Amino acid sequence: MSEKQFSNPAVRWIDHRLPIFSFLNHEANEYPTPKNLNYFWNFGSLAGISLVVMIITGIALSMSYTAHVDYAFESVERIMRDVNHGWLLRYIHMNGASFFFIVVFIHIFRGLYYGSYKAPRELLWILGVVILLLMMATAFMGYVLPWGQMSFWGATVITNLFSAIPGVGEAIVTWLWGGFSVDNPTLNRFFSLHFLLPFVIVGVVVLHLVALHRFGSNNPLGIDTKGPQDTLPFHPYYTIKDFFGLSVFLTFFAAAVFFFPNFMGHPDNYIPANALQTPAHIVPEWYFLPFYAILRAVPDKLGGVLAMFGAIAVLFILPWLDRSPVRSGRFRPIFKIFFWLLLADCVLLGYIGAMPAEGLYVLVGRLATVWYFVHFLVLLPVLSVIETPRPLPQSISKPIFTGGGAMAGAAAAPKEKV
Amino acid sequence: MAKSKSTTNATTAPEGHKSRRDFIVVASYAMGAVGAGAFVWPLVDQMNPAADTLALASIEVDVSKISEGQSITLKWRGKPIFIRHRTKAEIAEAAEVATTDLRDPEEDGLRVQKPEYLVVLGVCTHLGCVPLGQKVGEVRGEYDGWFCPCHGSHYDSSGRIRKGPAPTNLEVPPYTFLSDQVIRIG
Repeated sequence: MSEKQFSNPAVRWIDHRLPIFSFLNHEANEYPTPKNLNYFWNFGSLAGISLVVMIITGIALSMSYTAHVDYAFESVERIMRDVNHGWLLRYIHMNGASFFFIVVFIHIFRGLYYGSYKAPRELLWILGVVILLLMMATAFMGYVLPWGQMSFWGATVITNLFSAIPGVGEAIVTWLWGGFSVDNPTLNRFFSLHFLLPFVIVGVVVLHLVALHRFGSNNPLGIDTKGPQDTLPFHPYYTIKDFFGLSVFLTFFAAAVFFFPNFMGHPDNYIPANALQTPAHIVPEWYFLPFYAILRAVPDKLGGVLAMFGAIAVLFILPWLDRSPVRSGRFRPIFKIFFWLLLADCVLLGYIGAMPAEGLYVLVGRLATVWYFVHFLVLLPVLSVIETPRPLPQSISKPIFTGGGAMAGAAAAPKEKV
Repeated sequence: MAKSKSTTNATTAPEGHKSRRDFIVVASYAMGAVGAGAFVWPLVDQMNPAADTLALASIEVDVSKISEGQSITLKWRGKPIFIRHRTKAEIAEAAEVATTDLRDPEEDGLRVQKPEYLVVLGVCTHLGCVPLGQKVGEVRGEYDGWFCPCHGSHYDSSGRIRKGPAPTNLEVPPYTFLSDQVIRIG
């Protein structure tokens, strides 16, 4: 990183000793970004902003929350009724979790479609999956804190997943609970971890960004940038685009917070936790529904748990399952079809997860689960071999279909590096 | 700020004039500042006393149960309130003092609504300790009032500072007599 000469002498003095201004200038100002990014590339910054919003409102909420089984529910109600703007902070935090997942899911499917997980961005992708796992753990524990019926029974069901581990399962669950059921020790440690994990996520996000800035963003064409003619400085071109995207995002977010704050929640969670009665229909928060459907699709306790965690685990090895050298789905006619089928499959799994586990739902859930794994474990490796990609453009700057001569070789040698 | 200075486009105004783009930039920053402020204020204000805390911010006391010469201590907004049913001698003693002799000059008559009932905040104005003198047998200082054991401040029978490091008299909380017997503090 070259040292920039700043006009302000104080900035220059500091920067010479602590090159923080050079760093920011390099990574957030002049940072060369592919000039053809579409709006799907807004969701990374939106995810980062969502994380910040969650941390800020979470810290404010923790000032009025009491992590004790006798007081937790009432302290949340007090936040809603008595604490100044408490209702706003809680609704932002509550809906913020859902919007964070919406943004992250779009971000993930963007990566899947445009092959953002492929070399040299494998670690970038893997760090992203780690963030997803941490988010899921954080969201789950946060949902337990209000100590309503869904909190309690969600905690009971999810912690019981670990009892499926042969031999030590029961001991692990007792350890997780700090007792013989979900109780005060469980609530206390969940609060502690719910506070801690977001900062761990911040740390992994920093690594995610370091890995991103090593090679720069992927782009809708999936080909490498070949020089300054293919890029734009991040500021002002992408800062302003990110801000525009943010304002659209905040419009939807504010609409949910102010007009439909409980749309994505469950009324049962406004009933205080009762260890003696399970709600008739217990479902997780919407963002866990596809995984919940996979869990229930397998008629075996350990098998179901393994399938559910396997659904995330395949994402870790995805860069090595999809061996096609072409990144972007735009140039992969067969892959493109299966991508949309996978998206539909995940939505279907989400729907099945919300339905009772009976009759046709079970069968559809099983088929959808099988499809999910077939996509990653069979289709992608096979497609890498049999699919003939469409010709790649020479560079981001050159229009895709001009002349002809230059394009002819692309199909035979799909790698964009010539 | 004002990126437009380096841009050349059709809307650029003649030299020395602000362009329309300058206006948009300033308007955008202003809107951003308003939005940020609207988000920051709830975050700050949530630390102020909540509605339930404010609802408990006043108490009612029946002072007729306090016999002459007796003091009671109550908790109000988390702090002690001293109510003393003063004897005739104590009232006379407080009234006699020339205000010019006082560090924090204040007539006794202005510190009470009914001379027999003195209502003060039981918090030493020096560094916040609770002065002695409420219970029978406790040290009441040299002026028949209260004595703060932390740094030796002496208060008189009107709760005024007479000796020691405290800068001002014991604070009189806002209160009203709802009837002859009942007062509401706060």
